[in-house]
Amino acid sequence: MKVRVKFGKDGSARFAGHLDVMRYFQKALRRAEVPMVYTHGFSPHPVMSFAQPLGLGLSSEGEYFDLEVSESLTTPEEVARLQAQMAEGFSVTDWRLLPEKSQPAMAVIAAADYAVSIREGHEKPAGIFRDLPGAIARFRAQEKCLVTRETKKNTIETDLLPLIYEMRPDEADPETVFLRVSAGSVDNVRPEVVMEAFWRFAGCEPAPFDFAVRRLELYARAEDGRFVTLADMGVPVTEPLSDAPTEGEA
Amino acid sequence: MRQLALSDEILLSVDKPTRYTGGEFNSRMDAQEAFDTFCTTFAMCFPDVYEIGMSNLGIQIIYDLFNRRPGTFCDRVFSPWTDLDPLMRQHHIPLFGLESQRPVKDFDFLGISLGYEMCYTNILQVLDLSDIPFHAEDRTWEHPIVIGGGSCTYNPEPIAPFFDLFYIGEGETQYWPLMDLYEQCREEGLSRREFLKKAGNLPGMYAPQFYTPVYHEDGTLADFVAEEGMPARIRKEIVHDVSDTFYPEAPIVPTMRVTQDRVVLEIMRGCIRGCRFCQAGMIYRPVRERSVEFLKDKAVKMLKNTGNEEITLSSLSSSDYRHLKELIEYLIDTFHGKGGVNISLPSLRIDAFSLDVMSRVQDIKKSSLTFAPEAGTQRLRDVINKGITEEDILEGSGLAFEGGWNRVKLYFMLGLPTETEEDMRGIAELSERIAERYYEIPKEKRAGKVQITASSSFFIPKPFTPFQWARMFPREEYLARARVVNQHMKEMKNKKSLSYQWHDADTTILEGVFARGDRRIAAVIEEAYRRGCFYDAWTETFHFDVWMQCFADCGLDPDFYIMRERPEDELFPWDFIDIGVNKRFLLREWHNAREGRVTPNCRAKCQGCGAACFGEGVCVEGSR
Repeated sequence: MKVRVKFGKDGSARFAGHLDVMRYFQKALRRAEVPMVYTHGFSPHPVMSFAQPLGLGLSSEGEYFDLEVSESLTTPEEVARLQAQMAEGFSVTDWRLLPEKSQPAMAVIAAADYAVSIREGHEKPAGIFRDLPGAIARFRAQEKCLVTRETKKNTIETDLLPLIYEMRPDEADPETVFLRVSAGSVDNVRPEVVMEAFWRFAGCEPAPFDFAVRRLELYARAEDGRFVTLADMGVPVTEPLSDAPTEGEA
Repeated sequence: MRQLALSDEILLSVDKPTRYTGGEFNSRMDAQEAFDTFCTTFAMCFPDVYEIGMSNLGIQIIYDLFNRRPGTFCDRVFSPWTDLDPLMRQHHIPLFGLESQRPVKDFDFLGISLGYEMCYTNILQVLDLSDIPFHAEDRTWEHPIVIGGGSCTYNPEPIAPFFDLFYIGEGETQYWPLMDLYEQCREEGLSRREFLKKAGNLPGMYAPQFYTPVYHEDGTLADFVAEEGMPARIRKEIVHDVSDTFYPEAPIVPTMRVTQDRVVLEIMRGCIRGCRFCQAGMIYRPVRERSVEFLKDKAVKMLKNTGNEEITLSSLSSSDYRHLKELIEYLIDTFHGKGGVNISLPSLRIDAFSLDVMSRVQDIKKSSLTFAPEAGTQRLRDVINKGITEEDILEGSGLAFEGGWNRVKLYFMLGLPTETEEDMRGIAELSERIAERYYEIPKEKRAGKVQITASSSFFIPKPFTPFQWARMFPREEYLARARVVNQHMKEMKNKKSLSYQWHDADTTILEGVFARGDRRIAAVIEEAYRRGCFYDAWTETFHFDVWMQCFADCGLDPDFYIMRERPEDELFPWDFIDIGVNKRFLLREWHNAREGRVTPNCRAKCQGCGAACFGEGVCVEGSR
C-alpha cells in the first residue's frame, strides 16, 4: 500500500539539502521499524519518492514524500513512532493512505503556499511597509511582470502575474507576505523571485538574504479546478492495515 | 531549538552548511543546557573537515565514553573548511562546539585527535580560531586544557609545544581518572601547572612542558630530561578486557553524507602479523579479540539505533578474527527480510571463505577484490615480512574470477628498504600474471575484460617499527621509481587491462619529517601556518615550496630527518614512550629484514617482542 507522509523542517534542519533529507528519512524509517517495501536486487532500497525539493535555508511545515509499505498502524501511531526518530528541526505531522492508483506526489503538484518575512536584522523598506496591502495591489495591477531566467541553452522570459494565485499580508503577522504561487515541474515559481520583482516594482533594491521564506503547504489541482492539499488526496488510517493475506483468505 | 553560532547569511554562503549546525540524530539534544550546568565540559576535536572527522571510530568511542560520565558534557569540533575560515576571522566568530554552539575557549578541555601527521597545521587553525595561545606555557585557567590523543601521539615531539597533555594509548582507560583529578584540582584551587604535573603522573599521560630535549652538536638527541617528579618513561595504556568496555550503541547519525556512511564495529585490536613497515601492527600489540557475543549485541544495537544498512567489520586483519564466520552468519540471518544488511570487510584475506561471504553481502558486479602485496617480488615481501605470496594472490584471484569478479585493486609501496629495480618491475609483472590468470578462464565463462588497478604510495618509516632506522629518498628518486613501474606496465602483454597510479611525492617528504621529527620541528609548523598553510592533507591546499622555505628560514634541514639511515645506537625523540614492544626486538627485526628473514606471526610462534608485559590477548592465549 502507498502512504503519504507530511513533514516539516525548522532550525538547523533547514540546512540539510534535498539528497541528505532523502537519506535521512530512509534511516529514520528503518529506525522506526516501519515495514517498508524494498526494491529487489543486490542493493535493495525503499520505494519512496519526495514531492518537491525545498531550497536550502527555507523552513517548511508542508513537505511530503510517498512511501510503499506492507503494513500500517493508525495515523497517530505512525506519526508518533516516526516523530520519536527525528533529529532536531525535523517533524512528522501526518500519515495518509493513498488510493490504489494514485500518481506520485511530484507529478501532481500545482501550487504552493509560502510565508515571506524580512529576515531578522534586515531592513524593512518604509515605502512598502507603510501600506503593504496597497503596495501588493499596485504590484498585481501591472499589465505584466516579466522575469527572466537563464537556462543552459537560452534565456526564458515569464510573466509572473498569472502564476501568483494569492498575495496578501498574512493574517497573523501583517508584516509577513502570504503567497500562493504555481509550483511543480512546469511553471514552478520561487517565492524569492516574486518578492524581488515586488521590491523592484516598488522602487526598492532587495539585498541578498533579505527574505526569510517558509513553505506552508503543497497542493494538487482537483478535477473541478480547486486546490487540494497533498495530504487530502489520501485518508487517515484509523485501523491497522496489512497487505499480507489474512488467515483463511490465502 | 538551539541558537546557532553562525548566522543564516554565513551558513548559506558556505559549502555544505550542515558541517557546522550539529543537531544530528543521537547527538545530545540537551547540549546547551548541559554546557551551562554541567561541571566538566570537553570539546572533542578532529582537526579535519566534518565528513572526515565523523568517519573516525576513535572520536565516536571517546565521545560516547565522556557523555556517559555523570555531570560531563562532550561536544564535537571540526576544522572549518577554507570557505568558512576567512568569514569567521572577518566577523570575529570564535570556533564553537557543534552541539552546544558555544565557544571552544569556554570548555574545560579541548581534546584533539591526531590521526595523521598532515593535520598538524590544522591544529593551529583550531587553536587560532578558538583564541587559545599556541604554546602551552602561555595558557592560563582562562583556556581549556589542550590534550592530544590518537596514533600520532606515539611521536608527539613535533607538536609538543602546542599541547598541555598527550594521552598515549587507548582512550578508554584513563580519561575518567583525568577528569576526576581535574575536578579535584579546580576545587582545591591548584594552579594550572600544578594540575598538569599531577596529570602527567597518571598512567599514559605525557605533559611535554616538563621535559627538555638536549641535542648533540650533529643535531641528534643526546638526552631527554624529565623535571623532578615526572616519570622518565611513559607506558602506553591498553584496554585489558575489550569485551567489557565502552563501545557506542547509538552513534551519531550525520545528516550529510560522510566518508564512512555506515556503522563501524571494531572486532579486535592489534594484529598478529608483524609486517615490518606497519606502525599500527606494533603500537596496538597485543592482539585482543572482542567476544562474538559482545559484537553481535553491539552490531544489532548500532544498526537499529542508527538506521544504517551497512556495517564495517573493522580490524587490521579481519581474517585473523577467529569467530568471523559466526559473526557474519548471525548478521545475515538477523537482517534477512528486513532490507538486509551490507557488510563491508576491509583487510580480508581473499580465499574461498571470504569470497563466499562477499558474494552474499555485496554486489559482485560492483565490488572489486583488494590485495595489498605491498611489494613486487617475494624477496622484498620477505624483507617487509608481508606474509602473502604470489601463489596466495593468484589462487585468490583465480577463485574470484571464476566466481564472477573481474576487478582487482593492488596496493604497493615504493622506496622500501633494499628495493631494487627488479622489485619495481615486479609490480608490473605481478599485475600481468593476475591478468593472465583471468584469461585462462574460457571466454564464454568470463565476465568481459579484467581491470587491474595497481597503485603505489611511497614508504614512510614510522616510529616503533623495525624500519624506524631506515632512510627515505629525494622526491626526484621517488618519481623516478614510479616511472620505472609505469614504463614496465606499458610493456606488458595485457597492458590494456592494467592501470597504474602513484601518490604524490611532496607530501611524502613532509609526512616523513613529521613522523620521525623532534621538538624543533614545531617552529617550522608554526611558521608554515603563519604563512597560510593548512589543510595540507588536501592536494589543492598543499604548498610544498612554502614548507621548504619555512624549513630553511627556521634553520632546519628536512634531509636530516629523512635521508639518514640512523645508527643503531641513536636515541630517538620517541624513545621515552614504552609501548611494550621493546627496541631490542625492533632492532632484531631490522636485522632480519636486511637479511630477508621472515618472522612468524604471534599465533604461530611468540617472538618475545615485549608486549607480553601487558598480560593480555594473544600473549596469554591458551594459558588461561
